[in-house]
Amino acid sequence: MNETTVKITAAPHVRSPESTTRIMWSVVLSLVPVIAASIFFFGPSAVLVLGASTAGCLLTERLFGTRRDSIADGSAVITGLLLGMCLPAGIPLWMAFLGGVFGVAFGKLIFGGLGQNVFNPALLGRAFLQAAFPVAITTWPVRGENWWALAGDNFALPFMTPTVMDAMTGATPLGILKFSDDPVVTPVLNLILGSTGGSLGETSAGLILAGGIYLAIRGHLNWHIPVSILLSVFVFSGIFYALGLSPFSPWFMLFSGGLMLGAWYMATDMVTSPVTNRGCWVFGAGIGLLVVIIRIWGGLPEGVMYAILLMNALVPFINRATQPRKFGSARRAAETKG
Amino acid sequence: MSGRLPSFRNGVHPPEHKELTSGIPSRRLPFPDEIILPLSQHIGRPAEALVKPGDRVERGDVIAKASGLISSRVHSSAAGTVKSIEQWPHPSGTMQPSVRIEVDPHSTQLQRPRLVPHWDEVPAEQLSEEISKAGIVGLGGAAFPSHVKMRPPEDQPVDVLIVNGSECEPYLTSDHRTMLEQPEYVHQGIRIVLRALGIERAVIGIELNKPDAIEVMRKTAPTDLDVSVQPLKVKYPQGAEKMLIKTVTGREVPSGKLPSAVGALVQNVATTASIARVFDTGEPLIERIMTVSGRGVKQPGNWLIPFGTKLRDVIDACGGMTEDIAEIVFGGPMMGQSQASLDVPVLKATGGILLLSRDECKRQDILPCIRCGKCIDACPVYLNPQLMGALARVERFEEMTENNLGDCMLCGCCSFVCPSNIPLSQLFAMSKMQLSRMKAA
Repeated sequence: MNETTVKITAAPHVRSPESTTRIMWSVVLSLVPVIAASIFFFGPSAVLVLGASTAGCLLTERLFGTRRDSIADGSAVITGLLLGMCLPAGIPLWMAFLGGVFGVAFGKLIFGGLGQNVFNPALLGRAFLQAAFPVAITTWPVRGENWWALAGDNFALPFMTPTVMDAMTGATPLGILKFSDDPVVTPVLNLILGSTGGSLGETSAGLILAGGIYLAIRGHLNWHIPVSILLSVFVFSGIFYALGLSPFSPWFMLFSGGLMLGAWYMATDMVTSPVTNRGCWVFGAGIGLLVVIIRIWGGLPEGVMYAILLMNALVPFINRATQPRKFGSARRAAETKG
Repeated sequence: MSGRLPSFRNGVHPPEHKELTSGIPSRRLPFPDEIILPLSQHIGRPAEALVKPGDRVERGDVIAKASGLISSRVHSSAAGTVKSIEQWPHPSGTMQPSVRIEVDPHSTQLQRPRLVPHWDEVPAEQLSEEISKAGIVGLGGAAFPSHVKMRPPEDQPVDVLIVNGSECEPYLTSDHRTMLEQPEYVHQGIRIVLRALGIERAVIGIELNKPDAIEVMRKTAPTDLDVSVQPLKVKYPQGAEKMLIKTVTGREVPSGKLPSAVGALVQNVATTASIARVFDTGEPLIERIMTVSGRGVKQPGNWLIPFGTKLRDVIDACGGMTEDIAEIVFGGPMMGQSQASLDVPVLKATGGILLLSRDECKRQDILPCIRCGKCIDACPVYLNPQLMGALARVERFEEMTENNLGDCMLCGCCSFVCPSNIPLSQLFAMSKMQLSRMKAA
């Protein structure tokens, strides 16, 4: 017999073809229609903002990443795209870039890189921008006639006040209903199709839903999380609406603002969500309740970001409380001898 | 019919690859020039050698006796002359004292006649005695001495025998072939075990991917006893003792307890067939059907192989290895053992020999855990492999025990599903070894 080299490994000797890298890139793939829609609605500004936030994430990961080739796992691209999705089209690009840098550096790498972080990096980046530049991040452009026109002062220089013209600011459906002297209820169909004001990825709830369902079918996101969030938002907002405490109908709540994006893409970040399905129900229910409370009584028109970040912080506790019951430690005596 | 079948929770669906050999009837492998019989072929204390170099042995002769309660006899699987008793490579990856026998090329290899009482005429207690004398161990993979299993504790009466024909490991088809080719032996063995236990009910569990075996076992089932066939969903590890009991009876074996704690006893179909053979021809456990499969062997098939045959001789008889052979495994791909030497002998517990090509067992790079929870959804004993894996990597073994490492049966489901390719069950096997070493120290 010729010299043959065989390897010696511990069992199991076969592996499922699933890989973390594949999961990450399939998330990116599922975002393509949403990205296309944002370009359709907001023109070249959408490309610029998404590009700037992604560039910020990739550069930071490349410079400070803990593993070699850590860019290839796709997680930094997802952070960049998701961050861009929750920014308004007219935001100065340097801010989007800075948000990406902050999100990856302080949201992920400082904890030890992929898999170690407590908070969703994209949302942490956005929270940073919200705190640092409250005006720029809540200035939503009005859809202009000219598709090619920039949606705002994208090219404002760092730390210079961008020239924001009042005429260019629109408002989001949530904002109109909550803060305006003349509240208007935007039809739910418009919310689903995306022909409303808002951040880049907030606007087409329908496409986000489609992308999320695609991921759920492929097993690349845990469906328990979005389902429990949406269910919880629907139930709690329904109760408050019925009691006359809230101007938002449950259907309006479901399809407005960043809820769909948050429920399907942000909260489902595997690293920052609970590991058990039972934990995911608790996690989602908590997010839903917080979203409803912030939207109705908070000082902001939207509450998805803070709701998710707050529940992210509770994940270790949820995990501890929802550990699986080991086999053969039955709850009732009847179950051991059936 | 598959929609309403009982099953257990969690588990995984590895590609089956059973089509490589499931249709190939078993054939006898030619006797090799030399056989190597380790004194340790079972769980428990190694047997004590009864022969010395130069002794002539016939096929079926006892060459080593059981030492202690949990131990098993070893018989010679061929006629020949004892060459030596020496340390020899063992499939477990260690060196073990083994009896080397030069096979007599002129022998007819007929077994030395042996007188065995009729199974129905001796007292039931004597049945397990005969089974012990024949060196029968569980052929499902663990090789636990069968006679020990057949004497459950007095305070834990067994009321059902579960016969394991699920064969959930990918590639393996030896149990499948046993059921197709020797259904009478399987049923006869069940009858004998039922009598030894003094009960009347047996359930044969067979996965749905073996419809012909389900049909044959149903057709040949005795009418005077309560023996039924339960088709099972195809899912790994259906054949694990606790999963099978849960599926068939709904009873959950308490953590750390034996199946008899819930009144059940599990025997593999190949084991019951070999028990029947003892009382039919007097033949002790000296050979079995093994599946030789994988894309790394030229002629996959099922073979009746005498124990002690060297891996090299088996591969030669199967046409040799292909160019892209990457790994040789004894047992199934989920729980089997990698082999480093072509000189290791096949043993009682060797249900299959896999020669895996590079494509079949390729692995991707290990990435950090992303806490996706897929391992938790896969674990059939409901542990948290993600947490235990993190603890293993920082060598916090005691905390792993607190997280029920002891309940882990190393089935490999967590490692199989992990998208980051973290070698979870490998870490657990290592941690278990480390813990027992610490306990011993």
